[in-house]
Amino acid sequence: MPKRGKAALIVIAALCLLAVLAPMILPYAPDRIDLDSLKNAPGLKHPFGTDQKGRDVMVRVLAGGRISLGVALVSAVIAMGAGLLVGLLSGYYGGRLDTALMAAVDLVLSFPSLLLAIGISILLPPGIYTVMIAIASVGWASFARLIRGYVLSLKESPFVDAARAVGCGNARIIFRHLMPQCLPLSLVMLGLKTGGYIITEASLSFLGLGAQPPVASWGSMISAGRSYILSAPWMVLAPGIAIAVAALSFNILGDALSERYGMKGGL
Amino acid sequence: MALYILKRLFLLIPLLLGITLITFTLTKALPGDPVQGMVGERASPEVIEAIRKQIGSDKSAIEQYAGYLGLLMKGEFGRSYYTGRKVSDDLASKFPNTMRLAFAAMLIAVPVGISLGFLSAWKRGTYLDGLISSASVIGISIPVFWSGLMLMLVVSFYLRLLPPSGTGGLRFLLLPAITLSLPAIATIARVTRTAVMDILDMPFLQTVRAKGVTTKRLALVHVMRNALIPIVTVIGLDFGSYLNGAVLTETIFGWDGIGRMAMEGIIKRDYPVVMGTILIGTAVFVLVNLIVDVSYKYLDPRVRLYAEKG
Repeated sequence: MPKRGKAALIVIAALCLLAVLAPMILPYAPDRIDLDSLKNAPGLKHPFGTDQKGRDVMVRVLAGGRISLGVALVSAVIAMGAGLLVGLLSGYYGGRLDTALMAAVDLVLSFPSLLLAIGISILLPPGIYTVMIAIASVGWASFARLIRGYVLSLKESPFVDAARAVGCGNARIIFRHLMPQCLPLSLVMLGLKTGGYIITEASLSFLGLGAQPPVASWGSMISAGRSYILSAPWMVLAPGIAIAVAALSFNILGDALSERYGMKGGL
Repeated sequence: MALYILKRLFLLIPLLLGITLITFTLTKALPGDPVQGMVGERASPEVIEAIRKQIGSDKSAIEQYAGYLGLLMKGEFGRSYYTGRKVSDDLASKFPNTMRLAFAAMLIAVPVGISLGFLSAWKRGTYLDGLISSASVIGISIPVFWSGLMLMLVVSFYLRLLPPSGTGGLRFLLLPAITLSLPAIATIARVTRTAVMDILDMPFLQTVRAKGVTTKRLALVHVMRNALIPIVTVIGLDFGSYLNGAVLTETIFGWDGIGRMAMEGIIKRDYPVVMGTILIGTAVFVLVNLIVDVSYKYLDPRVRLYAEKG
């Protein structure tokens, strides 16, 4: 893997570690209100400043990372799992099942993705689980299409014939023989897509469809800071930089992985 | 050719039907009653019943869906629950605004993105290439609602150059269009770089060079023309992201387009508005993809549209 890929991986690991440890290392609760220090500019006591309720922005960015990264990663894993399953079944069995599943994939991909995610997230009460479902129900389609194509070529390989010859059933061939072969490709795709999911999560939260107050997430912090952009720009600045750093690290990692495994960038 | 386009347009019908069915089911499955939202909690049951009759929500779901399809046949989308205006009228007045915003963003993104990507590939491995490549990864990693707010803060509030929000002429258009173009520039630059590098590696360029073609002509005619297909594909596919981005940028900059209309409809559970905007957005997206497919034919004569789709 190129150097920048490794660097990105280190940043991601650090961000995840911070997110996991956040409740333990934070000096005070992210929703602690301090009416004596409203909208303080960044300084020694509050490195990223405070918001309109005197809450420390750095603490909230750290706590928000827990939500934002967690939601993006869980959605990505769900999307990958569902897409992997659909791609395997579709590619392996072919025929009508393939036609039907790929029609569903085309239908999902024919929506502008954020519009569809918004559409799905208004179905359920706003919150982080809703965002996960919304992102995953849009995201699975691109995984499914990729894996199906791979399975189509893979199932002609001699090892599949060999497995069948020694008496493996369809289920065993799909899950024990084909699926492990598809995992590296799925993980590369996961790396490529997670950056985008971080941005989608932020967008949904920004629009008020994600984590609800007082819980902090990066998107909802920007949405709250919007009204104070002139008097307290740091309220918008800090979470925005956090989103960019997280999404950037995943995008660099995804690029590095796809380069390493011979997939063209971008997908 | 005409046959192919007709066939594709025909396929649009089941797709749009599918979309109406999905959006309709979605809106029916929504928790919360739109009538309650319209009249507030203190309204008498008679009033609620009267409104139900008026908007037809007392009928069964199938009747409602049939009624909606009937309306669509007439080119209508029903009336907004709140303003009482025809959704089709609002769409007609706001849709051009969204298209103006999207095309303005494209007008910035396409030339800038292609030039940057080309430069990056041409100077492969240099400092400049590194700089452009890094900038383009950063470009796709920044959410538009944040870059939009930052642009607004600096350009409108600190420098006082352009108005922060509103709909109107170039002065109002510039900031949202630049915001919307940033991720598109990054995407186009990335794809252009890859596409151009693929062509630069091809042996035919040696022949071209050997017959004495100038570098400028080589770059523009021989390299760019061959690299165009993947670039056009991405520009077309990326149109969906303009529509996605339009929801966010229009909301931030108060631009009176269908993105903001959709968002307001969603918040107020104004179903006719939500369905109308999503239908129009998707139809545009699908049409743009059709245009992209057709343009392949002209960019690369080897592409046979009929045989492939058979």
